[in-house]
Amino acid sequence: MEWYLPLIWAAVIGIAVVMYVLLDGFDLGIGILFPFAENESERDQMTRSIAPYWDGNETWLVLGGAGLFVAFPRAYAVIMPAFYIPVIVMLLALVFRGIAFEFRHVSRSKTGWNIAFAAGSTLATFAQGVILGRLIQGIPVKDGAFSGGSFDWATPFALVCGLSLIAGYGLLGATWLVMKTEGPVAEKARAHAKTLLMAVLASMIVVSLWTPLTEPRVAARWFSLPNFYFLWPVPVVTAVVAYLEWRWLEARRDVSPFLATMALFLLGYLGLVISNFPYLVPPSLTVWDTAAVPASQIFMLLGTLLLLPIVIGYIVFIYWLFRGKVREGESYH
Amino acid sequence: MDFDPVLLARLQFAFTIIFHIIFPSFTIGLSAYLATLGVLWLRSGNDRYQHLMRFWTRIFAVSFAMGVVSGIVLSYQIGTNWSRFSVTAGNVLGPLLGYEVLAAFFLEATFLGVLLFGFNRVPPWLYVMSAAVVATGTAISAFWILSANSWMQTPTGHEMRDGIAYPADWLKIIFNPSFPYRFAHMLNAAYLTTGFVVLAVGARYLVAGRHIEEGRTMLRMAIGLTAVLAPLQLVIGDQHGLNTLEHQPIKVAAMEAHWDGNKPGDFHIFAWPDETAGVNHFELSIPKAASLVLTHRMNGLFPGLNSVPASDRPPVKIVFFAFRIMLAIGFFMIAAALFGAFLWWRGTLFETRWYLRVMAHSWWIGFVGVISGWIVTECGRQPWIVHGILRTADATSPVPGATIAGTLALFVLAYGVVFWFGIYYINRLIAQGPRQVAAETGHFSPSPISAAQDAGREALQR
Ligand code: HDD
Ligand code: HEM
Ligand code: HEM
Repeated sequence: MEWYLPLIWAAVIGIAVVMYVLLDGFDLGIGILFPFAENESERDQMTRSIAPYWDGNETWLVLGGAGLFVAFPRAYAVIMPAFYIPVIVMLLALVFRGIAFEFRHVSRSKTGWNIAFAAGSTLATFAQGVILGRLIQGIPVKDGAFSGGSFDWATPFALVCGLSLIAGYGLLGATWLVMKTEGPVAEKARAHAKTLLMAVLASMIVVSLWTPLTEPRVAARWFSLPNFYFLWPVPVVTAVVAYLEWRWLEARRDVSPFLATMALFLLGYLGLVISNFPYLVPPSLTVWDTAAVPASQIFMLLGTLLLLPIVIGYIVFIYWLFRGKVREGESYH
Repeated sequence: MDFDPVLLARLQFAFTIIFHIIFPSFTIGLSAYLATLGVLWLRSGNDRYQHLMRFWTRIFAVSFAMGVVSGIVLSYQIGTNWSRFSVTAGNVLGPLLGYEVLAAFFLEATFLGVLLFGFNRVPPWLYVMSAAVVATGTAISAFWILSANSWMQTPTGHEMRDGIAYPADWLKIIFNPSFPYRFAHMLNAAYLTTGFVVLAVGARYLVAGRHIEEGRTMLRMAIGLTAVLAPLQLVIGDQHGLNTLEHQPIKVAAMEAHWDGNKPGDFHIFAWPDETAGVNHFELSIPKAASLVLTHRMNGLFPGLNSVPASDRPPVKIVFFAFRIMLAIGFFMIAAALFGAFLWWRGTLFETRWYLRVMAHSWWIGFVGVISGWIVTECGRQPWIVHGILRTADATSPVPGATIAGTLALFVLAYGVVFWFGIYYINRLIAQGPRQVAAETGHFSPSPISAAQDAGREALQR
């Protein structure tokens, strides 16, 4: 088997997951911040800032799932049953927050769909954090199939990860609003962003200490020599970026806080990759163990190389088309 | 309590996928209708088309959102419910679904943004083009997913090693024997479904005496379309059945409740198949008609259910009745569309109130046709999940029955809420009518619309 194909695919899926987290992160974040909006006009402004994009953003989730199915069917076949309940809860939560966009627009009383939007976004985020956290801790596999129970995912660490992700997406959402809106909505978002930035830093510290303390393989990866010489900049850069973001928020910058939040996410992601590579299903299945046959990976890779640039092209187009700030009272459709 | 995980996984999947297919059946056709209206608007400069387009776009937005969220659920359920199927068939089916995401979903989702929110931001031609792009995206999406499903019905182009399917020839996999028929039949079904919804809404306005102009336009467009497509569906369906007879003869036997392959098949208008005794009760049949359709000879023979052991037969009653429902709807559609065309030719279409009344109440028939068609196809494939390769019972995930039952209950509850609200809102939009809806969406500044009108006029002068 060509050893590099699974690596390329791991990179493709890695990119899809990053894109998903960054893009749907900010629009789930809007939902997380929804309860803090004071009136319908503010809420309209918030949903309007993401309305043209949310469907495209969520499609990265489909690409991540389909990509896993395409390139690593055996990992897909272990991960999905292992996280049966959180995955389905996440999907249902996404159902409610997704239709809430259209339904709150056509219904007379918006309250019910406002709640659905906020609760759906928050719950979906929490479920994603739980899945991620529990995956890092490792899941039991026997004969290539998941061999644990339905509630194995409910560990303290996973729950902490769930809460951390809520803070993280909340921060993405808040800095997005700082960038895309004006008036009271932007003001409030700026204040929230500061609180959330602190929460995100705290979570990053907790998770970065917790994993090496409980997972020897993670500790070995980071703290053995010579790895440590190469890896120490990761936390340092993270601290610098967080500091800059704080400064930029204080300085009332519009765009840079959002960019800094994205950088924070990328750094956190990098940390996760360093801790876990080359495992897809820690601690037993690597990218090579679970890969699809080369014929399938190559066939799909050709399509990806051809289509993904086009896809990115028109995604850039739509972000460009709806550039600029959303004003109070601008129409929906 | 003891739950059968296989049965529950099937029930859950059947429930979520039936819920999902309701929306594609409508959005595939509706996006094409929007694009048509847009082109008519650009070419004629007539604002009626623009109002109609914006009115249906609102309804489209609500339906599309429900299609998207229920589709995302499905793409993960293949893993949660059918993990062993994913391992066995993943090498082959994975790329087909991957191509669907890359070639179709991103396209739809992105240009949907332009269609729903771009009216004030883009020139009219780009606005109309994005409707056409969304329509194309939905058709491409249908292409890939139906290719995947058809491969599960009639697998070719792969080789089996250690119980796992490996791809050998991608062209044979994608264009497997049942795919062209299934693609044509389903796409046509989607256009018919939308056609009958538009027809019903137009008829509803005329009966109520409101929005007369718009109602007439809808009625004419819908009758023009369905009068061609409904008869065509009979032809495609017939060819589809002949192809199924070649590759999945037992499915056809179940569709016809044909037990004894040594005798020519009658066409049962009604029967009560008895699966333990292997006979039908209360038959009301046209002698030898099934043989005539399937073999083109009065005394032609085709395999019966008794030729395989009971464990290899699909559930006969479900397949048999679902097939009859689809046929009934197919023939009703032909009759309704051709009669409408006849009235139109006579010049009495808008005055024949009983016809309009009936049509106003027939908006749902396409959906029921699509669902019963899929039940025929999917239940008829049983006991296989991939025909001849993997049995459904061997395809499930190692998840306990109670967990599946719990989440199934959640799905029923959640989808129930979403569905009823969706129907309620769509119905309200329809009740408000095209002009009001188009006006409501237009807090737009005067300039883009007059620009649009100018463009329309220019197009007219040319
Ligand atoms: C014949 C057509 C057809 C069939 C059989 C299916 N779908 Fe579908 N699907 C569509 C036609 C479609 C569509 C027309 O492209 C949709 C419907 C409305 C929409 O929003 O796009 C869609 C949406 C849609 C989405 C959301 C796309 C987005 O984010 O924009 C996903 C993930 C799926 N589907 C997945 C599936 C899976 C896993 C299926 C089967 C197991 C399936 N669909 C059957
Ligand atoms: C969209 C229209 C479709 C509908 C309404 C539909 C309906 C159904 C139903 C009713 C079942 C349960 C059958 C039974 O257990 O007796 C089923 C099963 C299944 N279908 Fe479909 N189906 C559709 C399309 C597809 C497509 C496109 C695929 C694959 C790409 C697919 C894959 C499956 C699988 C994996 C099962 C589970 C195994 C089984 O029970 O056969 N279906 N479907
Ligand atoms: C009146 C003539 C019709 C005939 C002879 C016919 C025939 C068939 C046959 C034989 C199948 C099963 C193929 C298989 O499983 O291999 C099928 C499936 C199906 N039918 Fe029909 N049909 C007719 C009308 C309709 C109508 C009016 C609709 C919907 C509006 C419809 C929608 C479907 C769908 C969605 C499927 C499942 C997908 C597929 O296998 O193509 N059909 N039809």
